[in-house]
Amino acid sequence: MDIELRNIHKRFGPVHANNAINARFSHGRIVGILGENGAGKSTLMKILSGFQPADEGEILIDNDIIDYTGPAAAIANGIGMLQQDPLDVGAFTVLENFIYGGLKGITLKRAEALAQLQNLSARFGFELDPYQPIDNLLIAERQQLEIIRLLALGVETLILDEPTTGISADQKEILFNALRRLAHDEGLVVLLVSHKLEDVIDLCDEVVVLRDGLIAGEMDMPASNDNLTSAVIARTKQQLVTMMFGEALEAQQRPHYEIGAPVLRAKALVVQDQRLDMQPISMTAHAGEVIGLAGLGGSGQELFMRACARLQRIDGGALSFDGVSSHKASYRQLFRRGCVFGAAGRLEEGLIAGLTLTEHSALVADDKLQIDWKTVEKQTASRIERYRVKGRATDTIEQLSGGNQQRVLIGLLPDDPKLLILEQPTRGLDVDSARWIWTQLLERCQRGAAIIFNSADLEELVTYSDRIFVFYAGRAHEVPDVGQTTIDELGHMIGGEFHS
Amino acid sequence: MKNPRALAVQIGFMLLPIAISLAVAAALVISVGRDPLEVVDALWKGAFKDSRKLGGVFNFWIPLTLVSIGLVVTFRAGLWNIGVEGQMMMGALFASWGAQFILMDESLSPLLNVVLIALSALGGMFWAFVVGALKIRLGVNEIFGGVALNALVNVISIYLISGPWQPRIGGSAQGTEPFPAASLLPEFSSTFPVNLFMIALVIAAFLIVLVLLNATRWGLNLKAVGVNMRSALLLGVATERTSMSAFLVCGALAGIAGSYRVVFTFDNLRPLASGGIGFLGLLVVLLLSIRLLWVPLIAFAFAAILTGSTRLQIVVKLDASLAGVLQGMLVLFVMLFHGVQEVFFPQTLADDNANDEIGGNSLSSGTSNQETRIHHRGTEDTEKKVKRL
Repeated sequence: MDIELRNIHKRFGPVHANNAINARFSHGRIVGILGENGAGKSTLMKILSGFQPADEGEILIDNDIIDYTGPAAAIANGIGMLQQDPLDVGAFTVLENFIYGGLKGITLKRAEALAQLQNLSARFGFELDPYQPIDNLLIAERQQLEIIRLLALGVETLILDEPTTGISADQKEILFNALRRLAHDEGLVVLLVSHKLEDVIDLCDEVVVLRDGLIAGEMDMPASNDNLTSAVIARTKQQLVTMMFGEALEAQQRPHYEIGAPVLRAKALVVQDQRLDMQPISMTAHAGEVIGLAGLGGSGQELFMRACARLQRIDGGALSFDGVSSHKASYRQLFRRGCVFGAAGRLEEGLIAGLTLTEHSALVADDKLQIDWKTVEKQTASRIERYRVKGRATDTIEQLSGGNQQRVLIGLLPDDPKLLILEQPTRGLDVDSARWIWTQLLERCQRGAAIIFNSADLEELVTYSDRIFVFYAGRAHEVPDVGQTTIDELGHMIGGEFHS
Repeated sequence: MKNPRALAVQIGFMLLPIAISLAVAAALVISVGRDPLEVVDALWKGAFKDSRKLGGVFNFWIPLTLVSIGLVVTFRAGLWNIGVEGQMMMGALFASWGAQFILMDESLSPLLNVVLIALSALGGMFWAFVVGALKIRLGVNEIFGGVALNALVNVISIYLISGPWQPRIGGSAQGTEPFPAASLLPEFSSTFPVNLFMIALVIAAFLIVLVLLNATRWGLNLKAVGVNMRSALLLGVATERTSMSAFLVCGALAGIAGSYRVVFTFDNLRPLASGGIGFLGLLVVLLLSIRLLWVPLIAFAFAAILTGSTRLQIVVKLDASLAGVLQGMLVLFVMLFHGVQEVFFPQTLADDNANDEIGGNSLSSGTSNQETRIHHRGTEDTEKKVKRL
């Protein structure tokens, strides 16, 4: 199958998200789709996979113009997309999910489906237990299931959105091998949307770079053969960055600040969980310190962070915040004393859909019954300017792009918190936005805040953390010498391989 | 900044459900061999024939508007206060206690009236507090808690009526002895039997809540908690206190509504004295998608239809429950059409997210906040378009 996009346009209000996109994706090729946030790559992939229609333009499959709406229709046409968070049903088993998406007729045909599931898993070296509930699976396994489910539906073009976020080095290798095999041996089109240039260089045969809704460039990659020397990688990376941003970015170095008094002290903290055998965890965070938590999703780091913020029940051990025993405090009590929790899902936990930027400002302004709208409007205007939010004060929050929502959320943080506990603070943001967010966070760190954050992006962890704890199966291991740890080593550690 | 087409769609979607429910009701009437126009005439005369009838309408309107205002508050906080009926009843119980046992001289009657209203507000708040505490502390869904407490207060009232508070002579489960005259709210006149103080109180409650909801931090907190409790908590809103305050405000208003039933509409405590008005309030508020501004008007229409329907039986020989059928259908069709509009004409709904456009703080300009909705659509009406070739 070959796909051709002709003159695709998509507008969201004043934003021209896709502006006359022409591209051709040929069978047997792995194509990287690159671009910073808001460049239009997600929009384009959503159009291709039927999640939203284009305003103008045509999609040609094998030189025929095809018109379809909706993901099901896209799949019927052979185009399937793997979402960043795989869309599966938590309580169902692997097998049920596998059957569910391809249901035809009334009977479930379990035996047939089981054979197909096992057959496909074996072909790509996936190890999926058909009777395991989805909730017990790691992100990588859910991705694997989604891939073979789409393949079983006869998909010939596979779109993956940030598939390497939240999976270990080994899992990434398995995924990439499967994708290489699908493209190079079986002739599928594989489209990879990613911010991670290393992955793109490692995997892709060619790239298409988008910028401000336009195609900024296309390029053949130094290929997936074995002569990827570090020099070649570095040069390619620089070329890609130049295409994406129009300028080359310097590597960001994090200044280290003086470490002050302990802010948060967790002593043999126990959080009970039904799925995870959580071990007691001890950790102390000092003023001015950044502590990174690494680990595959669901290894215990999220529970631990929530327990520290008192958003999760503590079942044992001791917790003190700012010198005061806090294992029985409420989040709100901690919040008032300078502990702020930032959740990963911005619109689920953090911002309030339907409220305008001004109303968000008013919510965090003060406690007085009377709202001083003039002052709040001024504050909002200055936040929009200072945090470079692309949006108006009267916009509701869901009208903003993900990156801008994150900027608003950071802007709403108190100026001088004592402790920031942040779940994946730059999830889904491009390099430039992520750096900007960190500049803001580090500013607060310099003024004496401690930061505890987790991330699926290992480079982010290595770049910004003073100390790193790796979570694996409910245990926390401190990485001995962060300065000397490479991303690759960390990738193996989150997969459970420790040297010592 | 709406374009004419969007406005036309908006108005169409407002009028269509009303027209359809009227048509269905008319069809029902015709199917039993009666003339719909006769029914309309009976309803109209039943509600507005003279000032006495109009007084009857107001006597429904007062408690209905009070509970509806309260329910707007709880709905704004994302809470389904089904327990409102029981809160009315608990208010009625508290007022009944006071009416029987706080004996005052007739000349102090106005003072006693105020005391009874305050007592009933306390009663309603007490019952709402129980629902709120169950919800906030123990995680009991307010719908379940409310239903249970509604049943419980009814049991309590029947116990009181047939036990400690039963009339000295001829005790039955029909009701308590009539309250002393000093306890009862006075009528304006025998030709317009309405209590004006209560009308003033309803108007005051309406205005105060309108301002509180739309122009204060409390209103904003309610809205934030109602849309997304988790986010509100992380942004530093005292979510538990906010939810509880919504329950208490609604409980107080419902309690007052309950007292009106026993110290004005009736003159004693009867079983089910709340008369389903709390549930009717839920319909009023749902019909309006939680917009407070129209509550008094719609409550008035409901009260008029209900009052008028008592005449159906006599004049057209139709059961008065036709009014309930009409109201039920109206709510169903309005909600159905709201859903249809949301799916097929989302761009016409932009200003419509449960927001009274009066606080001057929500100015979203009718066009492009529909991205998220469009995404939902994409997954829903998947297979509508097929291949062109």
